[in-house]
Amino acid sequence: MSGILEISRLTVTLPTPDRPKPVLSDVSLSIAEGQAVGLVGESGSGKSMTARSIVRLLPPGARVEGAIRYQGTDVGGLRGAALRELRAGVPMIFQDPRAHINPVRTIGDFLTEALRIRGRVGRRQAEQRAVRVLGEVGIADGGRRLRQYPHELSGGLLQRVMIAATLLAEPKLLLADEPTTALDVTTQAEVMAVLDELRRERGLAMLFITHDLELAAAVCDRTAVMYAGRVMEVRASAALHDDPLHPYTAALTAARPSLERRADRLATIPGRPLSAFEAPDGCVFCERCPHVREGCRTRRPELRPMSDGEVACLRAEELQAASHG
Amino acid sequence: MVAYLIRRAIMLVATLLVSSFVVFAGLWAAPGNPLATLSGGRSLPPEAVAVLVERYRLDDPFFVQYANWVANAVRGDLGMSITLRQDVSDLIASRAGTTLSLIVYAALIVLVVGVAFGLLAALRPGFFDSMVVVGTAMVVAVPPFVAAIVLIGVFAVTLRWLPALGNGTGFWDGIRHLTLPAFALAASATAAVARVTRTSVREQMGREHVQTAVSRGIPYATVVRRHALRNAAVPIATLAGMTVASMIALSAVVERAFGLNGLGAYLVTSALSKDFSVVQGIALVLVTAFVLVNTLVDVGAAMLDPRIKLGGRS
Repeated sequence: MSGILEISRLTVTLPTPDRPKPVLSDVSLSIAEGQAVGLVGESGSGKSMTARSIVRLLPPGARVEGAIRYQGTDVGGLRGAALRELRAGVPMIFQDPRAHINPVRTIGDFLTEALRIRGRVGRRQAEQRAVRVLGEVGIADGGRRLRQYPHELSGGLLQRVMIAATLLAEPKLLLADEPTTALDVTTQAEVMAVLDELRRERGLAMLFITHDLELAAAVCDRTAVMYAGRVMEVRASAALHDDPLHPYTAALTAARPSLERRADRLATIPGRPLSAFEAPDGCVFCERCPHVREGCRTRRPELRPMSDGEVACLRAEELQAASHG
Repeated sequence: MVAYLIRRAIMLVATLLVSSFVVFAGLWAAPGNPLATLSGGRSLPPEAVAVLVERYRLDDPFFVQYANWVANAVRGDLGMSITLRQDVSDLIASRAGTTLSLIVYAALIVLVVGVAFGLLAALRPGFFDSMVVVGTAMVVAVPPFVAAIVLIGVFAVTLRWLPALGNGTGFWDGIRHLTLPAFALAASATAAVARVTRTSVREQMGREHVQTAVSRGIPYATVVRRHALRNAAVPIATLAGMTVASMIALSAVVERAFGLNGLGAYLVTSALSKDFSVVQGIALVLVTAFVLVNTLVDVGAAMLDPRIKLGGRS
């Protein structure tokens, strides 16, 4: 399948005072046109780093190996204007709109900036387009909003403004880095509905980063689970949710509270999440895995095709047979 | 905004009333007697003393004198100079231009040089940045009178590039004569502004909203100008405004050092010769300028950052 985005064997190493630390290793992921792919994992598992690598928003000094192809072009080779072109075409929705929108400039400045600087659109025309897109994300009085400053808007409104700004770039691929995490629960649902609907209407591809397996299952076609800078499992969202192949995914789904069953204590995964740089030689999850065997500690499993997706576990077939048998 | 400006204007008037009272009372309480200046130290016959006391209203009660002085000052009449027998307002007006040019020149240096060095240091970590940090740390500690001596020694005496004394004639010659004084006045403030610019621009460059701008494919120079420098402008403008206000007082030292015929130097001369009305007049003008500059800084900060509320309930 040739997708709009192909990430193959992406390894990112960040410099630190004592030694370079890997944050991503061998991440492979592809997104087809119009497809939404969820990226799920604990904090520090490398979700944001993956998204940032795509538009090369990495900390200075980061070393990148592997390839990222967007519409067939290798992103790693882009410089100057071509890199800005890529960034403008693959906009990112950030987690905290309050921090990610310049507080001393108006909403209008924020929305029209890219259009006016990059697209050379006149002020009047850019503002008309901004008001139209604000309408689409459910902000009716766009003309008034353009004159307001970020501190005069609520978090939910501001995140809609952020979504509107990405739509103004007329992208084919959207990067959403936990777009609802910083919002309160009721606004989360609204903002998510707006984002999901507009994405489907326009047939946008999306890389959707979240902590929330269920949310990923609801809005994404496929979901990738990351742990310690590696992809553990990539499957169709529903399949991954209902019938996880990787012991880590299984442990995550088991840890979710459910309305149907009563639990005095929520299930947890023993141990603590590891960062990529402290991962053991074998399978990165071996120390916490209930199904660990000797081979897991010495051989690092590659991501390999299995049933309808890919999984990085040596014992995946065995375990699947056992759970279905 | 209008309500805020009106409130600031009322505060300005109140400040001026208080400070004018302090200026007037200060000189009243100071040792020495204007009669001694008038007589040039000779003893006068009682009739002459009576005439002088009558003319300068020297035996009116303190508050009557103050009220008269303020009432006249509001109309632009600051009284007569005792030594020169001229109108104080005219004497001030003829010297204000020099001081104003000096301060404007110094303020330009502070803004242009200070912001430029700070910005370059913020964006170019490494050798240049270290030089700016070390250099500004030294210069920021140099008071204007020391800077004046150093500048005269290097540029006027040794290199003979610029004149050390006097006002000069004509525009360009005037600028030449003001260059060393302006740098002496601006040196420490420039270093302070450079340091604040460096810190706040660097802080802004690390902010999330700058990352957003970069992620949208906006060119680097535009990101720096429209986001980092624009957002750093509030602390920079506040500090620059405060230092410009303080230059109003410091100009006296610099004008004396460079033999400039400005208000500050005249204030010192008049104070030495006990020319009371001139001292009061100049002090009043300087205080007014100081308060005006501070008001401008506050209004400017509120215009630069919409999150700063313009005082009071809103």
